Amino acid sequence: MLPALAVVGGVIILPWVFTLWMSVNEWRIGGAAHRFVGLENFARLLGDARFLDSLWRTLLYTGLSVVAPLVLGTLAALLFEKKLPMRGLLRGIFVMPMMATPVAIALVWTMMFHPQLGVLNFLLSLIGLEPQDWVFSPATVIPSLVLVETWQWTPLVMLIVLGGLASLPQDPYESAQIDGASAWQRFRYLTLPMISPFLLVAVTIRMIDALKSFDIIYAITQGGPGTASETINLYLYTVAFTYYEVGYGSAIALVFFALIIALSMLLLHLRQKSALLAGGLK
Amino acid sequence: MSRVLEKLGLWACALLLVSPALLFFLWMISLSLKFEIDNGAYPPILIPDRFAWKNYLGVFESNSFLLYFWNSCVVTGAATLLALLVGVPAGYGIARMRADKAAIIIMIARMTPGLSFLIPMFLLFQWLGLLGTLVPQIIIHLVVTVPIVIWIMIGYFETTPVDLEEAARIDGASPWQIFLRVTLPLARPGIVVSFILALIFSWNNFVFGIVLAGRETRTLPVAVYNMLSFEQVSWGPLAAAALVVTLPVLLLTVLAQRQIVAGLTAGAVKGG
Repeated sequence: MLPALAVVGGVIILPWVFTLWMSVNEWRIGGAAHRFVGLENFARLLGDARFLDSLWRTLLYTGLSVVAPLVLGTLAALLFEKKLPMRGLLRGIFVMPMMATPVAIALVWTMMFHPQLGVLNFLLSLIGLEPQDWVFSPATVIPSLVLVETWQWTPLVMLIVLGGLASLPQDPYESAQIDGASAWQRFRYLTLPMISPFLLVAVTIRMIDALKSFDIIYAITQGGPGTASETINLYLYTVAFTYYEVGYGSAIALVFFALIIALSMLLLHLRQKSALLAGGLK
Repeated sequence: MSRVLEKLGLWACALLLVSPALLFFLWMISLSLKFEIDNGAYPPILIPDRFAWKNYLGVFESNSFLLYFWNSCVVTGAATLLALLVGVPAGYGIARMRADKAAIIIMIARMTPGLSFLIPMFLLFQWLGLLGTLVPQIIIHLVVTVPIVIWIMIGYFETTPVDLEEAARIDGASPWQIFLRVTLPLARPGIVVSFILALIFSWNNFVFGIVLAGRETRTLPVAVYNMLSFEQVSWGPLAAAALVVTLPVLLLTVLAQRQIVAGLTAGAVKGG
């Protein structure tokens, strides 16, 4: 057991200690020897417009990439809970996007987004809509990437909510049926409150993954056009592995990590609050 | 009658819901089987008059493809097996000792962006002179695979009864014997689930490869991305390559759907 835990410590904890050390140094690969600068890297972040832009962009991207899969995934779970012919096959196809290799998917989406030859603009024309520039215009690049993210990760929300639905007791539904509650009332006043812990788990996981999203964005836009889709993770990559400023990059990594932890704690806090509220109502 | 209508309605809804995934993969196949002239046609053609099998032949005939395929197999295979070797006992230890702090560390590892592991590891590998080999990628893929295995195994060991282990202990078995002869066989379904998920997320990983891989050490996701950026490749061959890269994972998803669903909902883990 101990050697196993030691390996875990070596792979997970050691890099963190090293990152902390680098973040208080001016450190460039191939540049002059590193030099201790204290908190200078963190101070530099506050005045770095490109970093601050990427921060807001990340929050926007994350917000959209949580809400859309949450709504669609819950709907999908309600549907997949019903006994349907070929349900297994349908579910199998439905979960494929999240297991497929992201880069491979991204390449095909790039072709589909193509303004002249892409199939998406053709589909739009079928329902009488104007062609779009999708990922090729700063105005539409974020929603377009969120579309891919939603397509990819709605199945995960569906699976989590489906697990929640399977654990629900049947009795309240029987009494609601006797009392003549409509389907919407049953969902709103029975199902929704009972699956809310599962929804919160889905939101938390979705949020963490959306904040960290890299493969799809990098492979489709590399953060472009310009920096219109550059999230923190993309900026971190550029600073550390294009400019080779690993000291400054480590500082960004730490702030980014703190952001993820803080937002996750916030959700956890909400959960306790809602548990308290529920307890108070009883 | 209304019963039948309701069934039909539900089925139509389900079909509508599945169609973005279904149509996407059909379109991917279509792109990969068309000649350039058909891929550039407007309105787009779903099923062409003639199939461009040469797109696939091209993928397999380029000698570097086999190298990259082999690299992917080595990196994913080694990272997954090492993760099982380390992660199963670690998960067992954490579950049995109720070491919640250790569990939190694993949770935090899952929350950490992969790139922040990459900066210190990159420097380390540079100092050690390992950058031209596959070793750095194997080690850094552990960052993805180890937490997946531990996380799923903790959940699994927590639900398996300790009674049998107790009985073995009373019969005088050593802790190591108990683990090998009693616990491990009981945990086989959990091990299978974590093996499959670790395999998929390691195979799919892209970000570690673009930093750590050189020309000779690319894995398939990196190789297929490089096709896009460095060569003027037309859509057909590119889609064919993309499909070949992701096909093993898609097949595994279909074959092991039950295990994957169980693993994802238990730990709800994803690497990267």
